[in-house]
Amino acid sequence: MPLPHLPLDAITIGAHADGWPAAITAAGDALVRSGAATSAYTERMIEVIREFGAYIVIAPGLALAHARPGADVLMDGLCVVTLAEPVAFGHPHNDPVSVIVGLAVTSADDHLQFVAELANVFNDPTVIPALAGATTAEFVQSVFGTTAS
Amino acid sequence: MKIVVMCGMGLGTSAILKVNAERALERLEIDASVQATDVAGVRAAAADAQVILTSSELVDAIGKTNADVIVINNYFDVDELVVKLEIALGS
Repeated sequence: MPLPHLPLDAITIGAHADGWPAAITAAGDALVRSGAATSAYTERMIEVIREFGAYIVIAPGLALAHARPGADVLMDGLCVVTLAEPVAFGHPHNDPVSVIVGLAVTSADDHLQFVAELANVFNDPTVIPALAGATTAEFVQSVFGTTAS
Repeated sequence: MKIVVMCGMGLGTSAILKVNAERALERLEIDASVQATDVAGVRAAAADAQVILTSSELVDAIGKTNADVIVINNYFDVDELVVKLEIALGS
């Protein structure tokens, strides 16, 4: 399974967030805009961090916003939000965050291959700084190997 | 040999860690199974595991275990995984 399509409306460049909940909300908004999820999913992504902490900040500068599959996930979806000013999530090593990748999956079993593709993209250490400095949504699409809109 | 990767929900972040832990094990030529689990399932999953890989944020949630707990800072850095797994597995 390749990465889910990353449409232009699932990409936000230079969002302003006054804290991590606002940053996650920007990612949720992008998933709602692209039709992958409803706003209830945004709330659940925020709940995950309230419950378990900032463990979703899985690399320097990068947060992987996600929650479990649920009725509020309409289809598999990916979104990317870059922040105008980096935001602290409370992670001891990987703060501050300037790129948020949002993930919505309809089934826990089917998402493994698609996460492997995500790992392929981000195993290149130049990718996070490149995304953080992106000025266009088209550039972000090209990083993820998807150009169709 | 069994390695458990743990995140809050057992999907997403732990799946990424699983993929890259398998890449690190391949590089080390170590034959091991890697199982992803969540906080609720870690005790059962790790009962027969040598190593638990997780985030610093989740270490306290593991509780008592005989497995070595290894904190991974950058889930995309296969080199970090190789170094830490090599130390833990003593190869």
